[in-house]
Amino acid sequence: MPLFLDDDQSMLLDSAREFIKSEGPVSHFREFRDKNCKDGFSHALWKQFAEMGFTGILVSEEDGGLGLGHVEAGIVLEQVGRNLTPSPFLTTAIAGVAALNHAGAELKGQYLPGILSGDTVLGLAIDEKSKHRPDQIAMAAERSGNGFKLTGKKQFVIHGASADMLIVAARTSGSEGNADGLTVFAVPKHAANMDVAPVRLVDSAVAAHVTFNGVDVNADSVIGEVDQGGAVLDVLLTAGRIGSAAEMVGVGGGAMDITVNYLKERKQFGQYIGEFQALQHRASHLYSEMEIARAAVLKAQQLLDEGSGNAPLYVHVAKAKAGRTANLAVREGVQMHGGVGMTDEYDIGLYMKRDRALNEFFGDANYHANKVAELHGY
Amino acid sequence: MSDLEQFRTEIRSWLEENCPPEMREPVRGEDDMCWGGRNFEFKNEAQKLWLERCAAKGYTVPDWPKEYGGAGLSAAQAKIFRREMAKLGCRSPLSSFGIWMLGPALLKFGTEEQKIHYLGQIARGEIRWCQGYSEPGSGSDLVSLQTFGEEAYDEECGDHWIVNGQKVWTSYADKADWIFCLVRTDKQDKYRGISFLLFDMESPGVSTKPILLISGNSPFCETFFDDVQVPKDQIVGEVGRGWDVAKYLLGHEREMISGGGLGDGSRSLGAVMTGAIGLNGLGMLDDQLLRAELAQFDVDTLAFRAVSEQFMDEMKAGKGHPAQPNMMKYAGTELNKKRHELIMAAGGSDALEWESEASHGGKKPRDWLRTKANSIEGGTSEVMLNVISKRILELPGG
Repeated sequence: MPLFLDDDQSMLLDSAREFIKSEGPVSHFREFRDKNCKDGFSHALWKQFAEMGFTGILVSEEDGGLGLGHVEAGIVLEQVGRNLTPSPFLTTAIAGVAALNHAGAELKGQYLPGILSGDTVLGLAIDEKSKHRPDQIAMAAERSGNGFKLTGKKQFVIHGASADMLIVAARTSGSEGNADGLTVFAVPKHAANMDVAPVRLVDSAVAAHVTFNGVDVNADSVIGEVDQGGAVLDVLLTAGRIGSAAEMVGVGGGAMDITVNYLKERKQFGQYIGEFQALQHRASHLYSEMEIARAAVLKAQQLLDEGSGNAPLYVHVAKAKAGRTANLAVREGVQMHGGVGMTDEYDIGLYMKRDRALNEFFGDANYHANKVAELHGY
Repeated sequence: MSDLEQFRTEIRSWLEENCPPEMREPVRGEDDMCWGGRNFEFKNEAQKLWLERCAAKGYTVPDWPKEYGGAGLSAAQAKIFRREMAKLGCRSPLSSFGIWMLGPALLKFGTEEQKIHYLGQIARGEIRWCQGYSEPGSGSDLVSLQTFGEEAYDEECGDHWIVNGQKVWTSYADKADWIFCLVRTDKQDKYRGISFLLFDMESPGVSTKPILLISGNSPFCETFFDDVQVPKDQIVGEVGRGWDVAKYLLGHEREMISGGGLGDGSRSLGAVMTGAIGLNGLGMLDDQLLRAELAQFDVDTLAFRAVSEQFMDEMKAGKGHPAQPNMMKYAGTELNKKRHELIMAAGGSDALEWESEASHGGKKPRDWLRTKANSIEGGTSEVMLNVISKRILELPGG
């Protein structure tokens, strides 16, 4: 398979680019930010995502979706990133659906139709500390009656207060650090003894701190197998990591493009600042890094869709490279904009904020570079 | 089984049967590669056999047309061929500036006669080529070159040029059989006054002098032309339009040099360095800051491998920006320099040994110093960034 988009994928790119630019541009982001609404995203736009078929990309045809892969998911996500579109797309339709694909028929039937129609939103309750450490999950799920009782704290649960269901990773056996003994649960909203405290983040997304004070869930709410949730969590995190990497390629690419345009417009000392070699070389270096990051992300997506054994390595590479590169793009972007780069009026600062959040989401570049070292045995 | 899968099976069994075991060991350096040519001394029988077997099948240049010595493989087949070669660790049967640089230019600009004559020689490894581009006063500003070709006629030679001047940084000029050379044939027109000539390095009036580098090696020469006669038909493209050929060829040269960024292919540099540094009780490299740098480097290398694959695929499919080789050259050479900085850092004082047997004659420090030329030769990193800025980002000025 050549390492570029095929004809069908190129068509999807065209329609995603046009749709998101028209329906979810940066002005849409600003509108929802300034409204200060509790969800931080537009439910109407989420419906439109569903009408476009986007929410069904990773849902099998058998379950009513499109049965496509991570390349297609990434095509949409890159456009989401480029336009800073506030959307539950990554958490719900990508990472959430990847996990639900491993659920039994009943859970699927409960949640997939709502995702396909753009009614349902999922939250991911994985992280327990400020840094992403999914191998150190401590939250307890103790057997209780016919089900389990959940006790512990989660944070960085994006859209947690708006979500119809939270996907929760908890420990049913073993101790912190063990690979076995994790179980993944689907916890409906308004569950008793669950405290959800929303907090607005730097990029205006609304995340929640969720405290489980002995939340009862029944046995049917287990996604996958009891004690074998590590496999489900892996699939969820992999989808989230490659998805957020694709979104960061969009954020970095968008930041680079508006910066290059600014270099062509802004005059100082009687000439366009883009004529100064000091800035040209930095912009060209950024271009080079963006091309590399984009290729690494596409490579990882293709390997995942092929089911290649190399996919896990490349997903870490993609998240690390996209993270560093998008970060370079927004830092260079603000600096090259000069004073106006510090203003709320110009968009470049919004890209910087979004990049910061996406870099942390599903593990930052250091986390993933460390994984690359571990996979290579050093 | 699809046609491509069938092809993969065939190629694999052909490689398994025909590639000698010695030719599946990693290459130790440029001296260890097969360069072909009139005066080439094969390192061993296996190297000779491997070249002959590949040349007979067109596998030295698998994607060139069969009539010019290639195997006529499609883009998809050529990719499979490269993959299978890499999987079995097969060495390239022939390394040559003819394949990497002149060949693509001849395929695009050469006459049918030239293609059949020169491309065949290149594919079979019979003629080793060198490149006459840079001059003492013309480095990054290549188009200012002064080597001059004057039109002349005599009974014996017919119409010809008389070439006078000097080239510098001519790679392996002292070992090459022929040169492709940029020569000014019109002093008035800067860009349209350059012609692309081909001539024999044994022609009277050609002399070479190796340049000793900081690596202690001399891969480059100064090359002098003193009234060298070049027959009129040994020109590629039209008179005065050599700059078009030169630029096209530079694209391929940059692409070739960018390949250095891939290192020795499949191995993680961090994993290789565990030998020199050792692991601590947690199974981590016993130098935390170096480990972090190596991890970052491995990320960059794997990501660069992806962009290289994409670049090749896009080129074969006629996609991609025409100035993209400049980006590849920039990124690949900077990465390769970084690789060798890390190798030196991990090697400690062992990596300083310049002449010992244990160090294979100072391979590490010599390779490290050699890589410093990567971001200078074939267009400096700064020139690459200029080209990206002008042709891809379309920034104003300059």
